[in-house]
Amino acid sequence: MSYEMIGITVLWIFLYGYLIVASVDFGAGFFAYYAKTTKQDHIINQLISRYLSPVWEVTNVFFVFFFVGLVGFFPDSAYYFGQSLLIPGSIAIVLIAIRGSFYAFENYGSKKSNFFMFLYGATGLLIPASLSTAMTISEGGFIEETEDGVRLLTGELLTSPYSWSVVFLAIVSVLFISAAFLTYYASKANDQPALELMRKYTLFWGSPTIIASLTTFIAMSQHNARHFENMLDLWWMFGLSVAFFLGALLLVYQQKRYGLAFIFVMFQFFFAFFGYGAGHLPYLLEPFITIESSVTNEAMGLALVIVFIAGLLLLIPSLILLMRMFLFDAEYVKGKK
Amino acid sequence: MELDSAMMSRMLTSLTLVFHIIFATVGVGIPVMISIAEFIGIKKKDANYTLLARRWTRGFTITVAVGVVTGTAIGLQLSLLWPKFMQFAGNVIALPLFMETFAFFFEAIFLGIYLYTWDRFKNPIYHWLLSIPVVIGATMSAFFITTVNAFMNTPQGFDLEGRTLTNVDPLAAMFNPATPTKVFHVVSSSYLTSAAILAAIAAFAILKKNASDYHKKALKLTMIATFIFAITTAIAGDLSAKFLANEQPEKLAAAEWHFETEKNADLILFGTLNEDNEVENALRLPNALSFLAHGSFDSEVTGLNEFPEDETPPLWIHYMFDLMVMLGMYALGVSFLYLLFSKLKKWNENNKWLLWLIVINGPGAMLAIEFGWIFAEVGRQPWILRGFMKVAEGATTSPHVGWMFILFLGLYIVLGGGAISVLRKMFKNNPAELELEKRYPDVAKRGGQK
Repeated sequence: MSYEMIGITVLWIFLYGYLIVASVDFGAGFFAYYAKTTKQDHIINQLISRYLSPVWEVTNVFFVFFFVGLVGFFPDSAYYFGQSLLIPGSIAIVLIAIRGSFYAFENYGSKKSNFFMFLYGATGLLIPASLSTAMTISEGGFIEETEDGVRLLTGELLTSPYSWSVVFLAIVSVLFISAAFLTYYASKANDQPALELMRKYTLFWGSPTIIASLTTFIAMSQHNARHFENMLDLWWMFGLSVAFFLGALLLVYQQKRYGLAFIFVMFQFFFAFFGYGAGHLPYLLEPFITIESSVTNEAMGLALVIVFIAGLLLLIPSLILLMRMFLFDAEYVKGKK
Repeated sequence: MELDSAMMSRMLTSLTLVFHIIFATVGVGIPVMISIAEFIGIKKKDANYTLLARRWTRGFTITVAVGVVTGTAIGLQLSLLWPKFMQFAGNVIALPLFMETFAFFFEAIFLGIYLYTWDRFKNPIYHWLLSIPVVIGATMSAFFITTVNAFMNTPQGFDLEGRTLTNVDPLAAMFNPATPTKVFHVVSSSYLTSAAILAAIAAFAILKKNASDYHKKALKLTMIATFIFAITTAIAGDLSAKFLANEQPEKLAAAEWHFETEKNADLILFGTLNEDNEVENALRLPNALSFLAHGSFDSEVTGLNEFPEDETPPLWIHYMFDLMVMLGMYALGVSFLYLLFSKLKKWNENNKWLLWLIVINGPGAMLAIEFGWIFAEVGRQPWILRGFMKVAEGATTSPHVGWMFILFLGLYIVLGGGAISVLRKMFKNNPAELELEKRYPDVAKRGGQK
């Protein structure tokens, strides 16, 4: 396997990891705020904070990993994405910064205030929206290269149906993934009222997720025919994605095996995300950079791969320890520790 | 001074770094102090120290949160503001950047576990063991990131043929000539500053309230640490000066206002420059610069006039350098005084004047960090990658950097204000004596009987 294929596979797996863990986190913020405004916070907020407290920083690191890895494996992407994403990137940083720090302020510091809860809920939806810009511009058509360098065509971006369908998809996916996870977590904690509520949310957010996916497909066919054709060739991946989605909904509807249901949701997004990504290749940013044209030199590629493997050997046991202590320790989940 | 994209990018990067370095510094140093305090608490079976570790950790969660998010900010801003530099750097120095994320990931995981497991183990030593990966992760993060900064000062590990990079050697790039002294200096001064700030807090508490056992023990521990780390930092500073004299002489020359290459060079403290670049009003230490640069009083020190004018840094960094050194010496002096007072039975180490000097030392040490970094970064000007790429060549051409500066200024005001108010509330409503009584009633009683 060439370094560019190893690199993009590793990065895509990390981005997928971020998609899942960050969605759980972002959606939880929204649900916590929504529950508060509808006076249901006593039901779920205890559950949400017990899960989130130990893991929020870990979520953030997935993201840092992705963009540091991207610059490492594909240095040219730093130039093109860096030049064009100044504004959406800065907005995303500010939102992430406010969310992360105020979460810590509230959690370790003062009492719960409505304003913090609002910030927490709002940033949970705005961050995926602003980060999805990077995905959108990678399809091409939103950047021009002039003598002064590369610049973003903001007008095009803001009026493109494709761009908005991606934003919509990002937000509803976040809510769906999060609801599915919290349903499982509530069932693990044996918290019946919370389970009922989260189960309702999961079923509710299921259909917009599929509608948004279809809308994005259609908008993609208009915006980038090449990518769309590639994705059609990978129809079986999207078929599997839909099958896992239906399986997850069925399980949640029948009120059984919530853990398996969440794994199905993970598979649903795994196949959709990798189907999308495979169709995107060879371009990182159409039409400017492909993975072959932008890949780093061999020495760096090898060094990064070695470090990556060594790093995983260090991190995976640590992550397992973290999960065993908080996520899968039934006593902790139930609030007894 | 023209406010073009490059200038604005410099200002925004400076803004982020000036803010981030506060939290990064305590992020590297405080875990060490926490780990030491918890260990002493276990060994001496003294709950005062355990409580110390617990309370420091609680405050640390706030600073670490701000450190994480501003670290994410600078990580992304490197690509957003310096896209051409990162395109180049990505090819040569991406390795430590990548490793830093691993080190940080490692630290974050164990910090999460450490925070939530204070009472989960029967044998407290297991909980203490969890602090070790946090300390290692924090210090390794500092190490990796500092190698990148070192690379910007003395780049190596590649050949440039026209505009193509060849023969890239990531390890040579990482272990460049600036790496050893820079890493030593950064890590040691982070430990020093963290200890100094914790000491300042303890001294302030003694001044404002009654001197309880808890605060006196805190002060003693942090002052000993300040003294040790002040010595290692002084050694690191000396080695750094010798490194500069050999590998980056224009930086040292600018810092010292040393224009003519000469033997027996004087060390100039503060002072002013007249129109002809002659030094006035300065304190001169004869031959001291030669000694600082090469370890002997008659050695030759390269002067600034040897370099083309458009490749030398601005001369005001002299003040940054002097202030940094002064404040470092102050930390060494104050901690030495405290230890002297506590050894001599007749003198009271908790007297008011000494305590105030210790309080000042906290912010002083942090200012030294700021001055030191400003010196290090401005002292590399006009280069972003010394000898290969000037700052203006690396910057974004986007015209919107000014707006982003305002956006981030607002962000840092909100984060800084939030952190201060949360930290105040956290400790004001929950004084140490009260918490000691609540958590460890036996110890509190014994302490009261003394």
